Amino acid sequence: MKKKLIVKKNFLMSLFAVILGLIAGAILMFVTGSNPIEGFYYLFRGGLMNIERIGNSLATATPLIFAGLSVAFAFKTGLFNIGGAGQMLIGGLCATAVGLTFDWPKPILLTVIIIAAMIGGALWGALPGLLKARFNVHEVVATIMMNWIAYWTVFYLVPLYLKGPFLETESQRIPMAASLKVSWLTSLFSGSYINLGIFLAIIFVAITAFILERTTLGYELKAVGYNRDAAEAAGIGVNRNIVLSMAVAGALAGLGGATFYVGFASNMQIGVLPSQGFDGIAVALLGANSPWGVFAAALFFGLLHTGKGFMNAMTAIPPEIADTIIATIIYFAATSVLIERNWDKLNKFRLALRLRKSKQESLEDDSGGEQ
Amino acid sequence: MDYVVEMRNIRKSFPGIIACDNIDFQVKKGEIHALLGENGAGKSTLMNILFGLYQPDAGSIYLRGKKVNIVNPNVANELGIGMVHQHFKLVHNFTVTENIILGLEPTRALMIDTRSASAQIKELSQKYGLNVDPDAKISDVSVGMQQRVEILKMLYRDAEILIFDEPTAVLTPQEVRELMKIMRNLIDEGKTIILITHKLREIMAIADRSTVIRWGKVVGTVNVADTTEEKLAEMMVGRKVLFELNKKEAHPKEEILRIEKLSVAGSGGAKGLKNFSLGVRCGEIVGLAGVDGNGQAELVGAIIGLRKILSGKIILHDRDVSTLSIRERISTGMAHIPEDRHKHGLILDYSVQENLVLKNYYLEPFSHKGLLNWDYIYDHAERVIKDFDVRAGEGAEASARSLSGGNQQKAIVGREFDGNPDLLIAVQPTRGLDVGAIEYIHKRLLEQRDQGKAVLLVSLELDEILDLSDRIAVIFNGELVGLVNAAETDENEIGLMMAGGKRGATA
Ligand SMILES: Nc1ncnc2c1ncn2[C@@H]1O[C@H](COP(=O)(O)OP(=O)(O)OP(=O)(O)O)[C@@H](O)[C@H]1O
Ligand SMILES: [Mg+2]
Repeated sequence: MKKKLIVKKNFLMSLFAVILGLIAGAILMFVTGSNPIEGFYYLFRGGLMNIERIGNSLATATPLIFAGLSVAFAFKTGLFNIGGAGQMLIGGLCATAVGLTFDWPKPILLTVIIIAAMIGGALWGALPGLLKARFNVHEVVATIMMNWIAYWTVFYLVPLYLKGPFLETESQRIPMAASLKVSWLTSLFSGSYINLGIFLAIIFVAITAFILERTTLGYELKAVGYNRDAAEAAGIGVNRNIVLSMAVAGALAGLGGATFYVGFASNMQIGVLPSQGFDGIAVALLGANSPWGVFAAALFFGLLHTGKGFMNAMTAIPPEIADTIIATIIYFAATSVLIERNWDKLNKFRLALRLRKSKQESLEDDSGGEQ
Repeated sequence: MDYVVEMRNIRKSFPGIIACDNIDFQVKKGEIHALLGENGAGKSTLMNILFGLYQPDAGSIYLRGKKVNIVNPNVANELGIGMVHQHFKLVHNFTVTENIILGLEPTRALMIDTRSASAQIKELSQKYGLNVDPDAKISDVSVGMQQRVEILKMLYRDAEILIFDEPTAVLTPQEVRELMKIMRNLIDEGKTIILITHKLREIMAIADRSTVIRWGKVVGTVNVADTTEEKLAEMMVGRKVLFELNKKEAHPKEEILRIEKLSVAGSGGAKGLKNFSLGVRCGEIVGLAGVDGNGQAELVGAIIGLRKILSGKIILHDRDVSTLSIRERISTGMAHIPEDRHKHGLILDYSVQENLVLKNYYLEPFSHKGLLNWDYIYDHAERVIKDFDVRAGEGAEASARSLSGGNQQKAIVGREFDGNPDLLIAVQPTRGLDVGAIEYIHKRLLEQRDQGKAVLLVSLELDEILDLSDRIAVIFNGELVGLVNAAETDENEIGLMMAGGKRGATA
């Protein structure tokens, strides 16, 4: 009962942040001389107007879901995983390497690709976890460094082993058998980028929620996150849980990398840290670190990202407005602490309103009798 | 209307509980008014309302006859109300002066004038006999000193009405005596004090009047001069409280814990433990007496596995456990009631039911193959809550944070008794509990002993040690300075040894 109350409160708070972000966007549009209603119309139309665009919104959201889950999961153990980008890169690299090397039937190949991406990401996450547990190196520092190590690893390995026929700066295109895109899904969404990744994402959201709420593992991880001293005194292996939490977070981001590089895209570019890795922080924030919250927040961001191009094409509003909206939402989500502090007052206000309303209603009932 | 504070018809409810149920509360100018009530009665809530931390659902507050609306603690400060919370709110790497002027500094001048503030603080400190060094860092001073800093913080803000929420729960007996002296000085200077405490003796010693509340309702207000500890206790609990324990003779059996020549490094200026040896037998309670900071924390930390040992052995059930993990030690049948309930005892963001399985969630039937069995966890929590009278608005599902201080303690004690441990290490087990709850916990400790289990009781309260223990070990400067039979000693002898005086029969 208490749990539900908190969930509802978090949901309202996130909704509040979204609404404030949209209002800020509207003001910006207005100030720059555009019609906000028109702007929002095209923004949302761009993400939803036909089945292909819906597919694209979902496909854009997919890596965000994983990146957000990764951040949220680590955060439950009190760890701040900034390494989503690097973990995605390594996951994508493992997936691409497997996809380009083996010539197996699709179901087997995809399974191996998924496992490889998870292992790669997990190792990339576990290392900072280990450094934290062993030498008390702050995970923020370690994960940022791991991002750059991943960046340069890809930078050298892709041209060496996975080079495409024309360009030095990207890998070969992965064959159809190694892609998360499947023809029935592509044609169902009239040629969009959507791929099996979205189903994977839903499955992993459910798995993460299950781990956190129902398992002893989730209980331990959260205990360590909330109060490390008490967890230790109760005999919970704090260091073990730190490493484990980072490994799982890395695996999730690694999977996100697979859905990006062998799902959404079909090859790897070198010299780019995937921005989704960082957007995951925003997604987790807006989703209040709950798996299904992350899911909803990622879908919303996916929608905005897909729609902004269309808005730009149809109006004079620059696509940066959509980014500003996202940034503002993040800002408000981050300051939700402030909102939370005033939550009681807000509630009281609502209560007073409701009281007055019910009084009025009863008055009306008295005077009007049966209508 | 000669009341400085008058709270009328104050009502405050939380989900599932009415913490203050139309409370009327009046304080006269210049008195020490004690607020007494069971754990969870609503004392802290009522005072948090007076200090502007909570808004009442209904009711009004009058100060010096004038109606006021205390919307936040700043308003309370302006109205001359100060509060020392049970958990201090000081910034640890700031100096005393910096902490005291924190929040006031920008309104005075553009530049922060710490020097004149420091001088003023020194003057205040002298005037009230607080003995505080304005330039010391908070992290370097004792708990008692931190409390005096909190008092100075109020005085610096010209507070006239001073609220103390369980100030003595964290103090050593010596510090309690000093605090009482300080309180008398404050009264002499014309201040008014509201004191929350569970220690009836303190009320009798220092308070003028006392208001007793039970389940959020006022039972009555009495003149302390016209009452006794027994009467106060009865008012508060609603039945007679037995101050006498029914202590049967002990039948100690084989030794379960043997500490051999144990040395542990001290932390944060503490002296550590030196060559300490002690045995605890099944069927007895061994009390560890000593002035705070003489090695108790190091000893307990080493036994449960939180602290590394330098040398020596910890033998539990005929086995050296000094290299075992904390969990392995727990599973040999050792339980521990920690000194600091917020740091080591509870996960405040977890619900009560989650906290009650903190040490055994991974065992059947709390979980099965890694899956938590929530139904069982819930039933288990209901059982402990009932046995130990843990009061919470939402029962098993209330978050530990929302519990009153005493009820948090009861939840921990309940959890540690729950596994029926062979060895219970109880550090200040009754800290912050009301007399009724203390009576119950003491009874359970003796029952434990009579069932042939062992208890190591660490307490700063000499009375508690003398009442419960069969043997008393005295620790001073990290060393065992005496081991005596409880029946053959008294307060004076133990007190002497605690100060490093006489050396008793060491066994
Ligand atoms: N923020 C809160 N949310 C929910 N319930 C609360 C909250 N604060 C207090 N309560 C509940 O209100 C009741 C009164 O609590 P309060 O802290 O005032 O007790 P108390 O008299 O100070 O007890 P103690 O002697 O144990 O400190 C308790 O049952 C507690 O669980
Ligand atoms: Mg209290």
